[in-house]
Parts: sequence; C-alpha cells; structure tokens
Amino acid sequence: MQEAVKFVQQQTSPMKELPTFKAGDSITVNYKIQEGTKERIQPFKGVCIKRQGTGLTATFTVRKMSDNVGVERTFPAFSPNIDSVEVFKVGRVRRSKLFYLRDRQGKSARIKEKRMN
Amino acid sequence: MKGIIGKKVGMTSIFEPNGKQTACTIIEAGPCVVTQVKTDAIDGYNAIQIAFGEKKEKNSNKSMISHFAKAGTSVKSIVKELRNSELKQGLGETITCEIFAEGEMVSVIGTTKGKGFQGVVKRHGFSGVGEASHGQHDRQRAPGSIGGSSYPSRVFKGMRMAGQMGGDRVKVKALKVLKIFPEKNYVIVSGSVPGHNGSIVLIQK
Repeated sequence: MQEAVKFVQQQTSPMKELPTFKAGDSITVNYKIQEGTKERIQPFKGVCIKRQGTGLTATFTVRKMSDNVGVERTFPAFSPNIDSVEVFKVGRVRRSKLFYLRDRQGKSARIKEKRMN
Repeated sequence: MKGIIGKKVGMTSIFEPNGKQTACTIIEAGPCVVTQVKTDAIDGYNAIQIAFGEKKEKNSNKSMISHFAKAGTSVKSIVKELRNSELKQGLGETITCEIFAEGEMVSVIGTTKGKGFQGVVKRHGFSGVGEASHGQHDRQRAPGSIGGSSYPSRVFKGMRMAGQMGGDRVKVKALKVLKIFPEKNYVIVSGSVPGHNGSIVLIQK
C-alpha cells in the first residue's frame, strides 16, 4: 500500500527540496499569493511549533506574534505555493510539539538557540 | 453503464499547479475478464458478468472452474454483473482501467467499515438527553422518547435506535477521475471511498 501511495505521489506532484528544520526553529516561509493576475511573495516569519504527517501530505505550523496577538498558520509542506523556506535560527527544545508557547508571552516564550560547534 | 472491479489501495492528496490540494483515493482497478454475456433473448435482460482477482483452483468448485473455463480464463475470486453495459468487450476479453478518462465523473460502490453495535449518538447523530450535573446520571447518550404510549401502542417502523453500524453497501456518487496509470492499473478518484484499504470496490459510470 505504501509503495502505491509513494508511486502516485512521485508521479503527480514531484516533491521539492525543503531545508531541514524542526519544531523550535525560527523560519521564514515565502508564500506565493495570487492577486488578480499578479503574483507576489508574502513572507511569514515565526517559530515552527509543529511538523506533522509523512510524504506529500505533511504539514508544518508557524507561530508568530503580530501586534501582541498570536498568529498561527499551517502550511502543506510540499505545496507549490511555497516559494522557499529559510531557517535563520535553530532552537534548542525538548519537545516535538511546542503548544506550550500558546500560554506564554514575552520572556518565557523565548526559545534558546542551539550552539553549533 | 460501464464499470470495473477494483481494490482500494490507500489515500493521499494531489496538488494542482495553483496550490489547491485535493484528497484522493488510489484504486487498483482491473484487469477484469468478461466471463458471461447475458442477453434479453436468453436471460431476460442484458448484462455482462465481469470477474476480478485470482483464486486457487483447489479452493473453488467444479461448476465455477468450468464456468471460467468457458471464458478461457483462470478461476477468479470476485464476480459482478453490469446491467445494460456499453462496453464493447465480448466473452473472455479483458477490461482495463482505460475505459475511464481523466476528468470523468464516476460512482464507487463498496462496503463501509464495520463499526459494530453502536448507540444512537454515533449511529444517527443524536445529541443525547441529559446534562452532566444537576443530579442526572446515565442519560448523556440516551435516545429519549421513542413515541407515544396508549396511542399508537407500538413503535413506528424505521424508528432510529441503537444497532449494527457500518458494513453496509454504499454508493458514493460524483467522484472525479483525477488520474489514470494504465501500466499499474491505478485509478485515482477524488475524495474518499467506502471500506478499508484492500476492500473490493466497483467503479461505474
């Protein structure tokens, strides 16, 4: 069954390369937006709090604070509308799902940066 | 009518170039063999009988073996009939998934997943009767009243109650054929299809 699903996914929508990132990393998602006939790219910058799913149907959720209001957006990881994903900070976290950030604000909502040696 | 027997393989999704994601089901459809052609003159109605899936000869009886031998094929496990078929295939010829074209609307018939004996909340979407507190208990998933008392002194037929849920034959209409892979016998239809992975379904139009 898995082979059939993989075959169909490869044939219909070739997966594109995404940089490796996980929950806790700060990322920018450059998302394509169609406005009438024009297409522009809208960046969404925040902390990845969840990666979910396998293969083509995988998604990830990015959370950011916009005017002190928490905004979360879930993207299909292999959507053709995702232009690119940039990772600018690798966080040191102990969970794979960072839902506890929803209850926190300010200093306690910070995520430590992972030391790269 | 045209149709083909298949096996539900699994679900995934397809992205359109504009980014729209469509859930879809992969069905391994055919190849099926026409094992009998029924005509109005002989049988009283027009139909073709199609067969799908291999079966060991030692597990089948002689009448089935010779029935399939008439069509010049090995013993098959699933046999279904298509009334007033518009397919051109005659006795012993093969039907592949190429009878469908991409973009066509089809119906899929299958057997839903068995849920066992279920109450009215799950089976019919009732909302239960009582509250959690205020001295009530054991009423949260209850069906409530099932009708009058002295009149009509009986329960009306078709009253929705608890019982066996699932395992029914269900036809899902208007599913779009998104893609066909004739080399692998895969038909990709939009949306979901009754039954678990590996269950037998009939795609028809």
